Amino acid sequence: MWRFAGKRALAALLVLFAISVMVFLIFFATPGADPAARIAGRNASQETLDQVRVSFGLDKPIYVQYFVMMRHLLIDRDLTSFVNRGAKVIPQIQAAVPVTLSLVIGAAVLWMILGVTMGVVATAKRGTAVDPIIMVLGVIGISLPVYWLGEVINLVTQSRLHDSIFAWVPPLGYVPMSDGLGRWALSLFWPWVTLAVLYSGIYARVLRSEMVASMNEDYIRMARAKGISESRVLIRHALRTSLIVIVSLFGLDFGALIGGAALLTEVVFGLQGIGKLTYDSLQNFDLPVILGCVLYAAFFVVLANFIVDLVYAWLDPRVRNV
Amino acid sequence: MSEPLLDVRDLRVSFRTRGGLVTAVDGISFTVGRGEVVGLVGESGSGKSVSMLTVLRLIDNPNCVIEGEVLFKGQNLLELEGEVLRKIRGQEIAMVFQDPMTALTPVYTAGWHISEQIRAHEKVSKKAAMDRAVQLLEAVGIPNAPERVNSYPHEFSGGMRQRVVIAMALSCNPSLLIADEPTTALDVTIQAQILELLRVLQKEFGSSILLITHDMGVVSQMSDRVLVMYGGRLGAAGPRREVMRDPLHPYTWGLMGAIPPTDGSRAARLNAIPGTPISPADADRDRCLFAPRCRFATDACRPQPPLIAHKPDHADACVLPYAERPALRVQAISPLGVRA
Amino acid sequence: MSTTPNLSATATPSAEPTVLLEARDVVKHFPIRTSKGKQQLQAVDGVSLQVRKGETLGLVGESGCGKSTLGRCLVRLIDVTSGSVIYDGVDITNLSRRQLRDRRRGFQMIFQDPYASLNPRRRAAATVEEPLRTHGIGSDAEIKARALHLLEVVGFDPSYADRYPHEFSGGQRQRLGIARALALAPQLLIADEPVSALDVSIQAQVLNLLADLQEENNLTYVFIAHDLAVVHHISDRIGVMYLGELVELGDSSDVYISPRHPYTEALISAIPVIDADAEIRERIVLTGDLPNPIDKPTGCAFHPRCRYAQDLCRTEKPLLHIQNDGRQVACHFPVAAPDPPAVLPRLNDIEPPSDETH
Repeated sequence: MWRFAGKRALAALLVLFAISVMVFLIFFATPGADPAARIAGRNASQETLDQVRVSFGLDKPIYVQYFVMMRHLLIDRDLTSFVNRGAKVIPQIQAAVPVTLSLVIGAAVLWMILGVTMGVVATAKRGTAVDPIIMVLGVIGISLPVYWLGEVINLVTQSRLHDSIFAWVPPLGYVPMSDGLGRWALSLFWPWVTLAVLYSGIYARVLRSEMVASMNEDYIRMARAKGISESRVLIRHALRTSLIVIVSLFGLDFGALIGGAALLTEVVFGLQGIGKLTYDSLQNFDLPVILGCVLYAAFFVVLANFIVDLVYAWLDPRVRNV
Repeated sequence: MSEPLLDVRDLRVSFRTRGGLVTAVDGISFTVGRGEVVGLVGESGSGKSVSMLTVLRLIDNPNCVIEGEVLFKGQNLLELEGEVLRKIRGQEIAMVFQDPMTALTPVYTAGWHISEQIRAHEKVSKKAAMDRAVQLLEAVGIPNAPERVNSYPHEFSGGMRQRVVIAMALSCNPSLLIADEPTTALDVTIQAQILELLRVLQKEFGSSILLITHDMGVVSQMSDRVLVMYGGRLGAAGPRREVMRDPLHPYTWGLMGAIPPTDGSRAARLNAIPGTPISPADADRDRCLFAPRCRFATDACRPQPPLIAHKPDHADACVLPYAERPALRVQAISPLGVRA
Repeated sequence: MSTTPNLSATATPSAEPTVLLEARDVVKHFPIRTSKGKQQLQAVDGVSLQVRKGETLGLVGESGCGKSTLGRCLVRLIDVTSGSVIYDGVDITNLSRRQLRDRRRGFQMIFQDPYASLNPRRRAAATVEEPLRTHGIGSDAEIKARALHLLEVVGFDPSYADRYPHEFSGGQRQRLGIARALALAPQLLIADEPVSALDVSIQAQVLNLLADLQEENNLTYVFIAHDLAVVHHISDRIGVMYLGELVELGDSSDVYISPRHPYTEALISAIPVIDADAEIRERIVLTGDLPNPIDKPTGCAFHPRCRYAQDLCRTEKPLLHIQNDGRQVACHFPVAAPDPPAVLPRLNDIEPPSDETH
């Protein structure tokens, strides 16, 4: 198991390196554009350009440029935004990360609990009305667009019913955890729900079809023949084997959301997260910020995949020795 | 004979389908005595597996209709629910399925599987259950059991996996073991090992075995009594010697003639049964089900002949006059068969 | 050449029989990745054999013995690692695709799972017509007529021509597969477990059909199966394989009645015989599992399971030797040939009808 983890960690590092090289090449080696001008910003003076050239080693060979760039980004952390000359890239990302992490982790907990419960109950109640009802609820959850659902929630909780039953809902925006756990959770409650509605629908449906398939497996019949209780058959055998699929799906979704795919939710609820930051920098063609965001996103996707690989191996002994 | 261990009476199993009610098991009755090995032979579609799954109520298809009685130690299993049924499964009646590759949940070790079963029926510690698992694995001939108890199913070969399944089935010392094609998925030399193992364990544990198979050879090596099933009905039933030596039913003749001789002689042709095995969905149930493939079929085969005992204990369902059977049998397995 | 079970005719041929297919030291290794890094799975490990025109050569062995891989090598569905396969005097191991395609008309393969090898969207007639069309043999009308004829040969009513594979039962699909294999009028059919997925009654039908077709068309068969009783029934000669090697080769009934290799002996003993008095029969139950073809035992591959094994067997690999009775055996200490030749009584003492003798 440790060897497996070591191997996977090494592979993850390699992927990260490869991504950083690729991103770097896209910025610095695409012909027809002067990288110095991209870093120095719009309408920069000749003086600034020269300064950037020296400080980023742009007169040096390309591999040197790569390391200089990485140093600016990761060690000196003095890469500055192209649009807003004063703002450095790394602190911007550092400010956005807790928002996105809070949003996505909270939503993930919610959707895993909801999705797994719905999937298990639907499987257990096959052949009754409960199963199709849960599945239809799932489809409804999947088909509600996040921006629409979010806006409707806002409309109801922030204005229409804000003076009566939803008086407890704080105004839009993120409240850091340091201001109190309760306030933090309240500020994120509706964003969590919004995001979780979509994903719990997907997970419930995937899990149900996986579990129904495994309920037809020989080992389930064997488990019943052993005389263990039906709930144990369902949880310890059917759910346990189906989790393998859910975990790999989760890794993909979680990584993507952390990397910025929660943009719509962030925008609707006024959360200054990574998605929003990336979106704004793309709007302004703010290359240093884009570079930072892409590397950040890559880091989390790779990290999420690494963790999924480990969980996967823990769940499924068959992959451990590969 | 005292009260039999298992007494199946007029068991009927049918499935509601879009095309109407399909009968898979059509009123079979048989008994399994204490310590007895009963072989149930049949081809695909004969209903042999469905009827055995019914005994333990393992069919979870909501469209399945079960009628009749399955008396186990005098208790009708078809009327049991919940805890009472659960206690019988695994503790009183255990099952071994055909494919050992898929019968174990892939994410748990051999020891986990066995101790799960023990702990489902007895209040023992995890440690004690694991110790018993090791002993059981030793008993079924798994080398290096103290280590192998922690191996996952995929780390065993097919034959070894079937041994794990058998160890699990025997862990609560059941009085009846239902083995559904336990060796069909295995190689011949491994099959011989497993059959030998079942024989030895049967003597040692004293369990009754209900052995379901398509292989007349396996039945003849293992069982005290033989039941031949076709189209959801019993075609013949009797002690092994009787059924093997003087088979009465034309289907049994066919089954035995269709197998290449194993005595070293080489026939030019086999006595194939013409036609295809019955498909339960479109069977004509007002007539002997084997009639469409039987060369002796006449109008007398309608309605379905009942199972009649010709000698004590040896019964069959056929309208052919009992006295003429031996002659008809010779006719059945001869002329077409010679190519030389 | 007659395919009667009159065995003395094939066992002592008056003239040297014509060899249709020959394998010379065929080796097939598959590279695989394991926890120990890249290794070679030695599926077929130096097999040499000859298939005579008009005979049926049976290849028998348990899973992983390489019999199917060898079958595929023989028709070059897969390329050999080394060695050569000579069909009708031509080495087919190095033929180009185009040359091979023309040669292939002479040899066809039948598979275990007919459903997997049939195109589910093609009707029965079209399935049989397909090889004829690919090879451009005859006019459209001729092709259609031939397909119908072939379907009839394998026992289908013309009404079946328009059905799809899923409308057929297992045995019928296998017959359809046979009809397709026969379309190009091959000389040689390689059948890989053609009956093992079928019910016994249907298995007998297909075996009979194969026997009839052989007689009518003077076909040569290589029949691959794990069931020794079936292989013995249909074959004139039997080759027994163990872990990628041929361990015994000889006349079908001789091998069956008096096996010389300890593995063959155990294999035959393991067959569950229909036997009214089973208790009296002593059987040899092999201990242990089949070893892994990646990590073969040293010396004789069978020695860990062999009850006669001696020190020599652990160190030195026995080669396939021709014994004085013509049997080929790869064993340092072959089981003694019975003297006089064994004639086993029928174990199953039903009174055989007088005209059922062979």
